[in-house]
Amino acid sequence: MMSALTRSERGLAMLIAGAGVLIGLIMAAAGRGDPMGAHGWIVLAFCGVVFFVVGGAFEDPDPVEDRAAAYYDDPTKVGIVLALFWAVVGMGMGVWVAAQLAWPDLRFDAAWSSFGRIRPVHTSGVIFGFGGNALIATSFHIMQRTCRARMPGQITPWFVLLGFNLFCIVAASGYLMGVTQSKEYAEPEWYADLWLVVVWVVYFLLYIRTLARRNEPHIYVANWYYLAFILVVAVLHIVNNLAVPASLTGAKSYSAFAGVQDAMTQWWYGHNAVAFFLTSGFLGMLYYFLPKRAERPIYSYRLSILSFWGIVFFYIWAGSHHLHYTALPHWVQTLGMTFSVMLLVPSWASAGNALMTLNGAWHKVRDDATLRFMMVAAVFYGLSTFEGSFMAIRPVNGLSHYTDWTVGHVHAGAMGWVALISFGSIYALAPVLWRRETMYSWKAVEWHFWLALAGTVIYVFAMWNSGITQGLMWRTYTESGTLKFSFTDTLVAMRPYYVARAFGGLLFLIGACIGAWNVAMTIRRMPSETPELDYPTLSEATEPAVPAAE
Amino acid sequence: MTILTLLIPLTLAMGAVGLSAFFWSLRSGQYEDLSGDAERIFFDDDDAPLAPQSLPAPDAKTKETTR
Repeated sequence: MMSALTRSERGLAMLIAGAGVLIGLIMAAAGRGDPMGAHGWIVLAFCGVVFFVVGGAFEDPDPVEDRAAAYYDDPTKVGIVLALFWAVVGMGMGVWVAAQLAWPDLRFDAAWSSFGRIRPVHTSGVIFGFGGNALIATSFHIMQRTCRARMPGQITPWFVLLGFNLFCIVAASGYLMGVTQSKEYAEPEWYADLWLVVVWVVYFLLYIRTLARRNEPHIYVANWYYLAFILVVAVLHIVNNLAVPASLTGAKSYSAFAGVQDAMTQWWYGHNAVAFFLTSGFLGMLYYFLPKRAERPIYSYRLSILSFWGIVFFYIWAGSHHLHYTALPHWVQTLGMTFSVMLLVPSWASAGNALMTLNGAWHKVRDDATLRFMMVAAVFYGLSTFEGSFMAIRPVNGLSHYTDWTVGHVHAGAMGWVALISFGSIYALAPVLWRRETMYSWKAVEWHFWLALAGTVIYVFAMWNSGITQGLMWRTYTESGTLKFSFTDTLVAMRPYYVARAFGGLLFLIGACIGAWNVAMTIRRMPSETPELDYPTLSEATEPAVPAAE
Repeated sequence: MTILTLLIPLTLAMGAVGLSAFFWSLRSGQYEDLSGDAERIFFDDDDAPLAPQSLPAPDAKTKETTR
């Protein structure tokens, strides 16, 4: 991997890693006795490893082949491996958290393993670790292929990928130490947030620069979805994390906003994170890998573009539906509710478009588990967007909010849509990236598919039942006008569903482990095929290695 | 609700950025050959380079096709 870098590029990489080591050292010194100090050591170790890995290869000869003749796939490969690593970690934490709710003794009476600390490790692990790495890796792949151009620069993709993973590590380790700013999906403290801004701006510039180099006049629709993901997440992240550090030598900070103002900012961020982190980028994956795998163009390309602009203009207003029946002004709640219902149109347009694309390829869906992953993902996307619009309606929300129904809804989207489309994309991508004919074991892909589907269905049904039971019990009154059930009564009623939920999550985790193993075996064991004709078409390069058969 | 004086203009500004991006895409001919655009992602096993069209990248040199 280092052999693809020139000596001066290795020098630059060492310089950046060296600066990271220095920053880590300063954090460790300044933050002594505070979790920030521990984070300093983590930053130092991470950057130190990068420094020595690059430094060990510093004297290697420069690459001889013309690098412009090929796409730059090394960062994509590492990103896919990291995504699978985080999938196993994040889902493993999820199973543990779920098990704690059914069997509280599994906390083992330690501070770091309490529910409130490992639950964000689960959510950040799967959303940012697994989802984020899958998004970054597939975006590197898709933007190069659809632009028919190599990424500019050798260092920036690595900076984005490794910088993002450093953020994930700092976030997850912070939660275990009790570092949190108590904003859901935005828990990391101020220095981690600042670092993510730097990484994200570089990511955005990398994407724009690749688009500017494109050798294909049309910008394929998937690129628009990825671009919206990168740009909007940057704005959301900056605004929601506006905070004043209590001191520059400690992790604690205070939000710039208070009370319902802060809640509004948080859910303006939170729901748009669902929109632009967990939807937009993954739709980019869907719109590239599903047609590629089915070998059929999108049913209606025009509709895919229309749905994109629909999502861009509607989604951003939906966040206030998280604050029904709160101190938030009524009209703001109604605004969020209205846009949430309207969102059903572009969402179902995408889901329907994906399924219609499979018309004429249903025999492939039957035979090919990879394509089936993507098909089921589109179905779950349609289901959970319908459910989301429904739950955003105020009276429905009165029943569903603060219950497990919300948890079930989120997981229908996160497991059924986000994770399945990611796994499908990874299975479609891995053989292309590593130049293998197929995955190591198609049976393992089948197993993974059925485990993931069974796990999702068990999970979602358990939480639907639990949530509605819980919601109804909370609002049941006796004839004398007092609450009929105590809180403990609801816990007893929910317990069987919590056991079922942990079991569903376990099935899903086993599937993810099988997937990680299968990708590892594909990399290690499968014979390489002759290089595919998979090159940028316009470069200063010589002809690709394989001549045209004419 | 002073926060809305920040969030609403900000959201409108983001919408305006989106709208200008949309108008740019409309005017720069992004939507003139939609069915062809949908098909071209399958062309990766054709090793002949695309004929250079309106190239936005000034540094990419055009290459002769062998046809």
